[in-house]
Amino acid sequence: MKLIDEQALLDMTLGSTILGSGGGGDPHVGMLLARDAIRKHGPVPLVDLEEVPDDANIVFIAGIGAPGVLIEKLPRAAEYERVLQELERFTGQKYDYVCPAEAGGLNAVTPFACAGPSGVPVIDADGMGRAFPKLEMVTPTLYGGKATPFVMLDEHGNTMFAETATNAWAEDYARAGVLASGANAAMALYPMTGAEAKQRLVRGALTTASDIGRAIREAREQHVNPVQAVLDQQDGVLLFTGKVQSVQRQNKDGWTIGEATMVGLDAFEGQEFVMYFQNENLAATRNGEFVATTPDLIMAMELDSGEPIPSEVIRYGYRVAVIGLPADAHWRTPAGVEISGPRRFGYDTDFRAVEEIAG
Amino acid sequence: MSLRIGVDVGGTNTDAAVLDGSRVVASTKSPTTPDVTSGILVALTEVLHDVDAADVSSVFIGTTHFINAIAQARGLEPVAFVRLATPPQSMFPHSGWPEHLRAVVGEHIFVCAGGSQFDGRLLSELDEPGLRAIAAEIRAAGLRRVALSSVFSSVNPEPEDRAAAILAEELPDATITKSADVGRVGLLERENATILNAALLGLAENVVDGLEKVVAGVGIAAPVLLSQNDGTVMSLDRARAYPIFTIASGPTNSMRGAALLTGLQDGVVVDVGGTTSDIGLLQNGFPRESTVAMSLAGVRSNFRIPDVFSLALGGGTIVADGGAVVGPESVGYRITEEALVFGGSTVTFTDVAVAAGAPEVGEAARAAGIDAATTERALGVVRDRLVHAVERTKLSEDAVPVIVVGGGAPLLKAVPGLEDLVIPDQAGVANAVGAAFAEAGGEVDRTYSLATRTRAEVLAEAEEEACRLAVEAGADPELVRVIDVEDVPLTHLPGGGAVHVRIKAVGPFTATKSELEGALA
Repeated sequence: MKLIDEQALLDMTLGSTILGSGGGGDPHVGMLLARDAIRKHGPVPLVDLEEVPDDANIVFIAGIGAPGVLIEKLPRAAEYERVLQELERFTGQKYDYVCPAEAGGLNAVTPFACAGPSGVPVIDADGMGRAFPKLEMVTPTLYGGKATPFVMLDEHGNTMFAETATNAWAEDYARAGVLASGANAAMALYPMTGAEAKQRLVRGALTTASDIGRAIREAREQHVNPVQAVLDQQDGVLLFTGKVQSVQRQNKDGWTIGEATMVGLDAFEGQEFVMYFQNENLAATRNGEFVATTPDLIMAMELDSGEPIPSEVIRYGYRVAVIGLPADAHWRTPAGVEISGPRRFGYDTDFRAVEEIAG
Repeated sequence: MSLRIGVDVGGTNTDAAVLDGSRVVASTKSPTTPDVTSGILVALTEVLHDVDAADVSSVFIGTTHFINAIAQARGLEPVAFVRLATPPQSMFPHSGWPEHLRAVVGEHIFVCAGGSQFDGRLLSELDEPGLRAIAAEIRAAGLRRVALSSVFSSVNPEPEDRAAAILAEELPDATITKSADVGRVGLLERENATILNAALLGLAENVVDGLEKVVAGVGIAAPVLLSQNDGTVMSLDRARAYPIFTIASGPTNSMRGAALLTGLQDGVVVDVGGTTSDIGLLQNGFPRESTVAMSLAGVRSNFRIPDVFSLALGGGTIVADGGAVVGPESVGYRITEEALVFGGSTVTFTDVAVAAGAPEVGEAARAAGIDAATTERALGVVRDRLVHAVERTKLSEDAVPVIVVGGGAPLLKAVPGLEDLVIPDQAGVANAVGAAFAEAGGEVDRTYSLATRTRAEVLAEAEEEACRLAVEAGADPELVRVIDVEDVPLTHLPGGGAVHVRIKAVGPFTATKSELEGALA
């Protein structure tokens, strides 16, 4: 067990931006929410999955809504303080631990806003090891884990309890509900036991986020290259170093879909690179050949500062290093690739591990 | 009555320029004084040797005074802060502020039920009795400045307007700054800007009065206007209410001046000062604005501000290690004592540039001893850094002109590989020229629901409103034009239910609406 204090939270937040793979929402607001909880209730225990008893009850805590709404209608502590109680009221079941659904972006830290006041620890794991845009795209889905019973709570006390036939239905119901309430709500979802969690979750996901954040921070302090620090630490692959030449972006069905084209610098001089995104970065080609695809993580970092560059922000003139990090093993199974692989997002290629393509 | 005077009050120098049409007929540079106005007096007196005060039709002033006040937490007042949302809220704007600012502004935070949803529906019914009770607390605390915000006031301003009216009724002696008048989408950042504005109001009153007096004192009867961050101007009355809009006018004035002096409307502008070079993109004759929240003296804010990148390269930048190290250290304003060409003993960028043939500054002979390898290496570093910074500033790979202004502009003439730079005459007073080259503007920055209207209808309405606002601010109704349109749908909202629109219109400054009405009456 570790204790997450303010400094640890900052590292985790920065690292979660990398795990957001270009999406996941700006974690700043989530950090503020979690920081307030830590200031008020003290450091929050973070426990290893191995320490969790098999018969323990666990649930994901997450915010749901639209990033453009979240920065205006700020999430309130009150919903995160209540969301677990509401699920307990609905299910008649006590929950012993909370856990993030995604370690990438905003939702990496929202469970801390629930854990502090509820007096339960956070589990050092998540259901993605990255960020994905839909509620059913989590590793428990691969093992028959159910998103429901879930509870969704808005700031007026509107509470939605649901049992759904499939996890995709859970996404549709939750999305409709959150729209009605104004596109920002807190959720508790995917109840599971400790034994199930050990089988289904991405282990150590929050430690990974913290490690990445700390690597970037320390590299900056020591004036060494933050990109290399992250690659070394995470066994990542440098996919490209280059300058963004053009960015095409369009909004379709509520998603930001586009591609960034880059020309090479340094060792990649004379080469061309394209990064494809749908909120998150999903695929990348170098000289026309795929060099990384979802579910592996693809992230552009500013060449000198190592600052992660979200796909919503990237534009002409940025000098970037694009890195590829291996997805968790759960995603690399046939079932995992079925849900999260390149074909799922419309790219005509099979999934190949990023380190194999590079090697 | 055809002359325009521009004054730019920088950290070090106060520059003034007199324009006849687009021709510079007089200009001067004098040291900035702590009280601002005596420096302006010197500059105005100087240029009025060359022109007749009676021929001056307007005076435009840009000043960094308010940003300095914020940075030093000097002259700020405590502020009561009221948010319309769904109580109880847990995230407040003050949490990320530097201690010294927070201590001055205070933490008088009130939350009242109110606000809107992203599509304009009410978030919570405005709690009028609750708001009146808050007003009583503010009165009891003796606070005179109120910053008021409402969730999504950029979509639906009505709750904020109504609350402002109620607060004004209850607190007749207080001034109320509404967040929708100050900032953009992003509640915490908009509130931060609103609070800073409210805290500056007392100081603004004094400074603006001082400006009025100093201009009248030199015998100029023409209207005085202040440069805003976005390159447009505002009346002194508006400056009294929105001092926050002036705080980034320095780089903006330089970029506007670069446009006027070269006749170019698009390009990259490099303003070379003593310690840094400010680099920004000129689009349609105006600086490209930052679209992301930025830190203002340690406070996350979002409002109209030029997207300027500061490079540690100026005339006083220290050259070391045989030319391999150029900056970031600088001798700054001590350049006239420390640089070789001024008889000092520190090798600066000025010295290597002069040694390489830049127009003479100080005594060129004193820089002659720098060995050629050092010069070549240092200028190579400068070139790479500038090329990189220019690349970073551009929005596409298309070739655009690079315009260099500022006191250090001529130094770049000596840098090999940068022969295409456009360096206008009068580059040294581009900022004052930019202040004088003022246009009036109006901007709409709002999220629109598309439930009942098309995107095209929404854009047409926003354009019309931006033009109307520009005319109200003094733009010539015949010549008002839209210079920037941006619309971004909100993501994670199936059906494309809402769009965020930013539109800006400008026109040559004639007179503000109130002045026009005054003239007609």
